[in-house]
Amino acid sequence: MITLSILVGSALLLVVLTLWKRRSPARLRTIPAFTRLVHTLGLSIEDGKRLHISLGHGNLLDGHGGSALAGLATLRTITERTSVSDMPSVASAGDPTLGLLTQDTTHAGYKAAAVEEMYNPTAGRVTGLTPFSYAAGAMHITANENVSTNILVGHFGPEAALLADAAERSHATTIGASDNITGQAVLFAGSQEALIGEELFAAGAYLGNDASHAASLTVQDILRWLAVLVMVGGAIGKFIGAF
Amino acid sequence: MRVLTAVIAIAVGLIVLIGYFLPQAEPLQSMLLNWAVTIAGAATLMGLLNLLSVHFTKVRRSEKGGIYSALLILAMLGTLAAGIILRPQHIGMQILMNGIILPVEAMLMGLLTISIFYAAIRLLRHRTDTMGVFFILTALLIFLGSATLPFGDVPVIGTLIRPWVTQIWALGGARGILIGVSLGALTTGLRVLIGSDRPYGGK
Repeated sequence: MITLSILVGSALLLVVLTLWKRRSPARLRTIPAFTRLVHTLGLSIEDGKRLHISLGHGNLLDGHGGSALAGLATLRTITERTSVSDMPSVASAGDPTLGLLTQDTTHAGYKAAAVEEMYNPTAGRVTGLTPFSYAAGAMHITANENVSTNILVGHFGPEAALLADAAERSHATTIGASDNITGQAVLFAGSQEALIGEELFAAGAYLGNDASHAASLTVQDILRWLAVLVMVGGAIGKFIGAF
Repeated sequence: MRVLTAVIAIAVGLIVLIGYFLPQAEPLQSMLLNWAVTIAGAATLMGLLNLLSVHFTKVRRSEKGGIYSALLILAMLGTLAAGIILRPQHIGMQILMNGIILPVEAMLMGLLTISIFYAAIRLLRHRTDTMGVFFILTALLIFLGSATLPFGDVPVIGTLIRPWVTQIWALGGARGILIGVSLGALTTGLRVLIGSDRPYGGK
């Protein structure tokens, strides 16, 4: 019952706040990784180099689906902005279902930029079906396809270090975000900019300036404060022997 | 078509969600999840075709690294043919798996140790801030605490500081991060459910 209430309450809040944010755009705090990403989007078109967006190997049918969906939202925005470039961005996925959605999302980005005829189905790829084979395939893209920036957004474990290392050797920048704790630690050490924790899910709001993404950040903040209150209340209650 | 896709996606999402709360909706939920598993299986085949198409194009255009693409195509088709003819249980396939695929993955895992070590060394080049220094110091502390001497743990660091850092600070921090990630995943899922995000080719 509690779970259902949280879900329904969050959905209602999300709808109401989305309508609200359409009227008054959100003011977001500065996150260096997003600032760098926005800067990179512009530079890649001028440099004649491409961006490589790695969406990880999150399966949409398990708990990692959230990070995969966040990665797809990021990919959609980036594709729309870079599709007119001579070197359009390329996306890789380590899960077949995610791979299909990667192609679909890339296609939608080209459509939105009104350059559908420039869409190439190989812009969205499945590079491997296990974490390491996926990383090996994605490393090949970084090393051989004139990549200026590697954007890792999705579910990555320690294999993210291999991707960051390949990018370093190709003199490419890495911006990384994972929903996995180990992946985050590895990306913090190996990438130029890393997104920690829920910052992964803020990409849509920072890059796309979309009302629903901004609203979901506010819902997250409200739920976070509720979680803090419940935890502090629970700790005090336990301390004084209330339960 | 776009509207129909969105309606189907939202309806299926809602039915699967309701199945967790209403026992009456469970059979429908199981059926939809089974369909999803079947589609995921078909998607694997599509993924392989995609991989083949990407690398075939590279070979045809004689792109940089094309030789590796040719090797990949040969290995992929060879393994597929062997699997179909011999069946996965055949000793030849077991040798292929245990003799080539597993060692390659193990080698990548070994390479990972060096990559992570190298990443730690170059960390301060990327991040010359307090966070970077703390990260390195904590990693060193945990390393020292985990290393054992012939007579046991390193005094104080291994017996007192390492457990204190890992079981209180790191565990607490990890839980906080995971709660944040869960909240992010929740709102991302809700956005898809209300049709605000359409990763299936729409908005």
